[in-house]
Amino acid sequence: MDPLTWTGLLGPVLNPVLLAALAVLVLAALASILLSFLPAPDPVTGGGGTLAMCRSPADWARLAVQAAMGVIIAIAAIYLVGGWVIPGVENKGIIGALSARLLPVWAALAVTFAVSITYKRRLGLYGKLFDNMIGMIGFGIVMFWIFTALFAGLFDWIVTHDPLTAVSGMKNKVPGTPLRGAGEGDYPYYLLGGDTLARDIFSRMVQGAWVVIRVAPLATLFAFMAGITLGLPAGYFGGRLDTGLSFLANLILAFPVILLFYLLVTPEMVASGIPSYMAIVLFILPILFLCVMINARFHTQPARRNTLIAAILLVLGWLYLSLINDGGTPVAFLPAQLDLFDIPGGILVVFVSVVFVNAPTVFRIVRGLTLDIQTRDYVAAAQTRGEGPWYIMLWEILPNARGPLIVDFCLRIGYTTILLGTLGFFGLGLPSDSPDWGTTINQGRKLLSIYPHPAIVPAVALLSLVLGLNLLADGLREESLKD
Amino acid sequence: MLLFLLKRIGTMLLTALCLSFVVFFLTNQPAMLEKVAKFEGNARMSDEEVARYLQNHGFGRPMILRYGEWLGVIPGWTHEDDGRTSGRCIGPQTAAAAAPVYCGVLQGNWGVSRVFRDDVATIVGTRLYMTGKLMVWVMLLMVPAALLIGVLAGMREGSRTDRSLSTLSIATTATPEYVSGVILIAVFASSAVGLKWFKGTATAAMENATFENFFLPVLTIALFGMGYIARMTRASMAEVMTAQYIRTARLKGVTFRNIVLKHALRNALIAPFTVIMLQFPWLLNGVVIVETLFNYKGLGWALVQAAGNNDIDLLMGISVVSVIVVLVTQLISDIGYVYLNPRIRIS
Repeated sequence: MDPLTWTGLLGPVLNPVLLAALAVLVLAALASILLSFLPAPDPVTGGGGTLAMCRSPADWARLAVQAAMGVIIAIAAIYLVGGWVIPGVENKGIIGALSARLLPVWAALAVTFAVSITYKRRLGLYGKLFDNMIGMIGFGIVMFWIFTALFAGLFDWIVTHDPLTAVSGMKNKVPGTPLRGAGEGDYPYYLLGGDTLARDIFSRMVQGAWVVIRVAPLATLFAFMAGITLGLPAGYFGGRLDTGLSFLANLILAFPVILLFYLLVTPEMVASGIPSYMAIVLFILPILFLCVMINARFHTQPARRNTLIAAILLVLGWLYLSLINDGGTPVAFLPAQLDLFDIPGGILVVFVSVVFVNAPTVFRIVRGLTLDIQTRDYVAAAQTRGEGPWYIMLWEILPNARGPLIVDFCLRIGYTTILLGTLGFFGLGLPSDSPDWGTTINQGRKLLSIYPHPAIVPAVALLSLVLGLNLLADGLREESLKD
Repeated sequence: MLLFLLKRIGTMLLTALCLSFVVFFLTNQPAMLEKVAKFEGNARMSDEEVARYLQNHGFGRPMILRYGEWLGVIPGWTHEDDGRTSGRCIGPQTAAAAAPVYCGVLQGNWGVSRVFRDDVATIVGTRLYMTGKLMVWVMLLMVPAALLIGVLAGMREGSRTDRSLSTLSIATTATPEYVSGVILIAVFASSAVGLKWFKGTATAAMENATFENFFLPVLTIALFGMGYIARMTRASMAEVMTAQYIRTARLKGVTFRNIVLKHALRNALIAPFTVIMLQFPWLLNGVVIVETLFNYKGLGWALVQAAGNNDIDLLMGISVVSVIVVLVTQLISDIGYVYLNPRIRIS
């Protein structure tokens, strides 16, 4: 079998057009930058007291840029659609075949966008996102990765090969190489090539998305819980509490992150139990937060409060106990029947250290917002009503700080993804055959100057996810400022 | 002002003390000490041998006392074995009787690295010089480029230039060093693409830095920090451009170029100054990644080597140095902000 080309059957027809459009784009973009330094031409006075503007060369250059961009986007779309309609993998080309593998993702994206745009006026801030081009692009990229991860992780759909199995003769093969000795049910190609251990790069990248999507948002959520639980009282009460907590936060922030990772995320440290003790402290904060929140709101209705708090304590408390309790570490007290699940030691310590690094920054943001909001009139009104301090913090200040916090949450998921990649890059925490992007980049970088594709694919994947999150945050910030 | 400085320096010292204790605490966990013993002796030592080694080499005392020894406020350990006295302050040349009682950081003794078999002070000195060289070039590339992008984007908010430059700076902040480094090496240094404009490693740049072997690492670090500074500059510039005095200048008929260069620029550069200074902790992170990726043997590379082998004294030295760098830049940013912005006075 021949190796796949990038563009398959459509290539010979469309590639020259694509190249020409690219050339025009580059030239026109340069021209428009250079021409923009020229002064705009004066308007021409026409008959009857009218003014007319001539198109300047800069305008023409700009038009050329737009036209070339349009052509490039159209051709990209044709390649993607071509992947669905052209029969036979060998005719689709690599891009087409990838697009065909990702068909469920495209369908899910189309449904999401159609539903959201139809009802965007009723969806609050989320709906307003669809008025903003940048925000929409960011949201699209983020959802692309979320759907990819979900479909691959839950239904095993998109992956073409097992991400951990090596196939002999496929070591460091370039993208589109046919699988040697492919059986009846096997996918006949390594779409994005093979890595140094002859595993399929495409499947590893898709499975890596599942690792990232499971850890990054959750870790960010816990960091926010910790930051909010400590930041609100620090800002509201001030005084000694504030000084102490701020000092602690600055202490952690002054620490070089990588040194902390190297010290915390080692097998010796997991055995010593320090990460488990840190997990005990960090993971109790969300439960504490919810209980205080419920109590502050419903303390006048003891019956309702008691049921709610009992429910929270039962469900979350059990989850908490099973989370921190792990047979292999010093924290093992629950009988095995009650222990719902065990997080592998490597993942737990990664999780804890990422939360630990992120929480101080969230703390500082929340503290600053609290200092700002507590001077508002509605806080004074609540104080005059005789509301308790926790009610004011959690039900008056926190809801009004949500805009900046949501924006920062998006940004911080991206940052957490970068941190996870850093851990993988230094080979810390996650097992060395884990398909997550950082570990894959680390393995690929050794032969980077000869075989770049094993490292480039996860690098681009990570870049696009973080870029999507940043664009989404930018769009959200712009839309929330419009109110 | 003097009181403020004293207070800040006091906090700094306290922070450095706490952090060095945290590092000491983590590197002196029993499991970590076992690693040290096996590194020094052999990998197949039995538990008793490990315990004996640790006892003979001064690791037997409680941790807080040993931290005091490192700091130089508690007498160093001594151990007598067959009439030969060994101890923390007793080197191969010095006699046991003549050795000083205290030898810690306060006495200028940073200990000996177990990986490099050299004085920590010497290692940190040479490595810091290497990293300093890298940082100077990063700053020279990053700061002017970021300020230029930020000012160009911010002077006409919402224009086409603004939108494309803002998207560019978002893209660079979304590219961590290990991603941009990998992509840059693959494109400009690999035989697969074939451009081969630059070298994929910077080992040669330690003695003889040329454009060819030093540009890629510098660019990789600069790109990640650039976007953030550019965005801050843009926000500050955009804010200044809406100020009343700019409108007055425009109504008087001052040209746009003069408004930007003479009226707006100076006020717009106050905020980015603080941001640039606060970027140092992030740059340190980037340095570790880039030095590992490009095999440039600076402080970050030494940190990775030390952490991988639990080289306690070297780790302590490097962490103290990096913490001091971070805290001093914070202090400079605070003081500089006061001098640049006459509206703020420290009481």
